[in-house]
Amino acid sequence: MRAAVVVFPGSNCDRDTHYVLSDVAGIEADLVWHTESDLAPYDVIVLPGGFSHGDYLRTGAVAAQAPVMAAVREAAARGVPVLGICNGFQVLLESGLLPGAMLRNAGLEFRCQWVHLRVESTATPFTAAAREGRILRLPIAHGEGNYHAPAEILARLEDDDRIVLRYCDAGGAATAAANPNGSLANVAGICDERRNVVGLMPHPERASEAVLGSTDGRVLWESLLAGVAA
Amino acid sequence: MTNRSFRARVTVRLGRGVNDPQGNTVRDGLHALGHEDVREVRVGKVIDLVLDAAAADEARARVEAMCDELLANPVIETFEIELAGEP
Repeated sequence: MRAAVVVFPGSNCDRDTHYVLSDVAGIEADLVWHTESDLAPYDVIVLPGGFSHGDYLRTGAVAAQAPVMAAVREAAARGVPVLGICNGFQVLLESGLLPGAMLRNAGLEFRCQWVHLRVESTATPFTAAAREGRILRLPIAHGEGNYHAPAEILARLEDDDRIVLRYCDAGGAATAAANPNGSLANVAGICDERRNVVGLMPHPERASEAVLGSTDGRVLWESLLAGVAA
Repeated sequence: MTNRSFRARVTVRLGRGVNDPQGNTVRDGLHALGHEDVREVRVGKVIDLVLDAAAADEARARVEAMCDELLANPVIETFEIELAGEP
């Protein structure tokens, strides 16, 4: 298995993600510059966190037009697992690979904190190794993670089991108090219709080693590896 | 046909019913200053651009395409275009 970690100008979680994939999870990984147009050699693609193109215009809007995104789209259509973390999620939304959009956090604060998340769907290549209802503890760090979608789109996500992660309290209740940014329905992560494209605001790559306070992020990489073995 | 320069002003607004945390914060700030009669504030953005085109309708069509492709996100935003002649 070989992973591409796409690097946009302003990405800043690319090296952490590359390190966790290769050194912690044991998945061979390459950093791939955003001008690359061929992702055929890769079995998984990760769009990392950061502030691509300075977050100018809208988060992820300019990165969504990069040459590499045509290759990401093509790979996604072939069923290749694609993961967008934080800014990577925003890029997937702006590119139309995932539905909805991000608004500024309710309260306008940049939220940098640990959150609890409930695994709502295990039917994705990044959550297959988790148990449904498992509570993960992962960090978030974003100013625009307030997920918005028109009511009919949100209803479809709910009906099709495409909400992958929801913000919750330590006991697993998706309350308003446990929602750090105002996201509709406490949405923290979703997948596309085919289920191989997943976006999430929290940072699993920052919670994959005990020394960093949590290893709950590892379940994403374990899911990938289990998918290949299966 | 020779091209002329056009000045276009694109106003991008959050769509109706889309939560605007920034607008709400500005509204609260105005209330704190004593402007309690302010019922609603919505914050948008203005993008000015200059482009070359053969005619006004062509310029407008091109700016509309730019809005669809990049300048506005139809999931949360609406846009308006004002076009003026020579800059």
